[in-house]
Amino acid sequence: MPKPKVAFYWCASCGGCEETVVDLAEDILGVVEAVDIVLWPVAMDFKYKDLEAMPDKSITATLLNGAIRSTEQEEMAHLLRRKSQFLIAYGSCAVSGGIPGLANQFPREQILKYNYEDAPTLGNGGGKARPQLKFTENGREVSLPQLHNVVRSLDQVVEVDYYVPGCPPTPNITKAAITALLEGKLPPKGSVIAPDIALCDECPRKKTKPANVSFTEFKRPHQLLADPELCFLAQGVVCMGPATRSGCGSQCPGGNMPCTGCFGPTSRVRDQGLKIMSSICANVAPKEEEDIAKVLGGIPDPIGTFYRYGLAKSLLRRKVNLPSNGK
Amino acid sequence: MQATSPPTHAGWQPRIVAFFCNWCTYTAADLAGVSRLKYAANIRVIRLMCSGRVDPQFILDALTRGADGVLIGGCHPGDCHYVEGNYKMLRRFQMLKRMLKEMGIEDERVRLEWISAAEGEKVKRVVNEMVAQVQRLGPLGIPQKFDDWDKEMEHFAAHVAAQEAAGACACGTKAQPAAQSNKMEAAHA
Repeated sequence: MPKPKVAFYWCASCGGCEETVVDLAEDILGVVEAVDIVLWPVAMDFKYKDLEAMPDKSITATLLNGAIRSTEQEEMAHLLRRKSQFLIAYGSCAVSGGIPGLANQFPREQILKYNYEDAPTLGNGGGKARPQLKFTENGREVSLPQLHNVVRSLDQVVEVDYYVPGCPPTPNITKAAITALLEGKLPPKGSVIAPDIALCDECPRKKTKPANVSFTEFKRPHQLLADPELCFLAQGVVCMGPATRSGCGSQCPGGNMPCTGCFGPTSRVRDQGLKIMSSICANVAPKEEEDIAKVLGGIPDPIGTFYRYGLAKSLLRRKVNLPSNGK
Repeated sequence: MQATSPPTHAGWQPRIVAFFCNWCTYTAADLAGVSRLKYAANIRVIRLMCSGRVDPQFILDALTRGADGVLIGGCHPGDCHYVEGNYKMLRRFQMLKRMLKEMGIEDERVRLEWISAAEGEKVKRVVNEMVAQVQRLGPLGIPQKFDDWDKEMEHFAAHVAAQEAAGACACGTKAQPAAQSNKMEAAHA
């Protein structure tokens, strides 16, 4: 019997998700034995045309990480969707836009200008070179992908069968997904392959979570020496745990850092950022407007704090008054 | 497109979703009704038990589905039927306004008012003010913006559809239905 074919692909991401596959450690040998890897650009040499030549639906599963941010990524998402029986959004960026999704606060032109012209670290000899989409040399036209105005999660571009969250997904979650796939024990389509309960449930600090949280000030992780046992909320630190899925093994609270929300919300929540904002802000101590504002001032970047991984998939998706024509 | 030409919105009327608490503001709206007070017909009132029940998701849900503004009414501070609910709303409302501003939505499109059960007149005034305010701001038009943003994908989607049609003819294979009979609550279980 031929082995199931598996593909790994990356779009707008940092490479950390690819790393997780390797983080399976010796378990990866079992995976490699059980499947045929037909595409994995980060580790093996494949060309687009190899993929194009494959019959439709011939890949059992594609684990795609990264947000969709350029025409090339969009094209590959469509192509892999066509070639795969199961398309799995792997990692926060593919699931909900991830860190690249925060670019949805800025116009494309501003992003390009800064990165190609204004950034102090640019080393292109003071030049203001921008990549051109098309260029002809010796009668041969070459082209580059175009950056989209909007960063999108994978399911905002093509249909997605399963979601494996995390920045990056932890090895146990990855293993659960791959095992489910190999054994054919798949949850209903559209499932997030992680427990559907908040992180607090598995957090070792759970027993120290106060029944009534009340914030008199907020501190960012670098502003205090955090107690390694005490619930972060009790220490005045914004922890996304209450609005975030468990399944990661509480690695961040375990490492004395608050949860930043990479596993996304549970199935009962539509907008993770709004939900945690609602819960945290409703529980600041003061009752007078001025005093409330003072405490809330301790959260200087609410979008970056509450939507660190989910802006592209939030209700608003993007700053609403930005142009959509590249200006 | 309506949303991109602010000065003129001929024929446009603001649509405002209002969340009123059961014990004060909704009762006040009732009072306004039985007192035959007239106010602008642009609001759709949704009754909740408490202004503290107004999840910010409700507000954004309304705005992203085409509302131009959201009005929230609760009991005066100290009068909340559930003691603290209106304070909870007040606090999250402050942060919500900051976040809306950062996301490019004028914070005047959302308003929080304390209106007691006896203040039918205030319902009328606040609603009229809110409608006038949003009228000045013009349409928010988020659903149209979503469509507009996704235009950058239309071209390619059409290309893919054509490819798929060609591909289906060429190989003649049909997608295997996914083996989903074997259901499992979640893979981690």
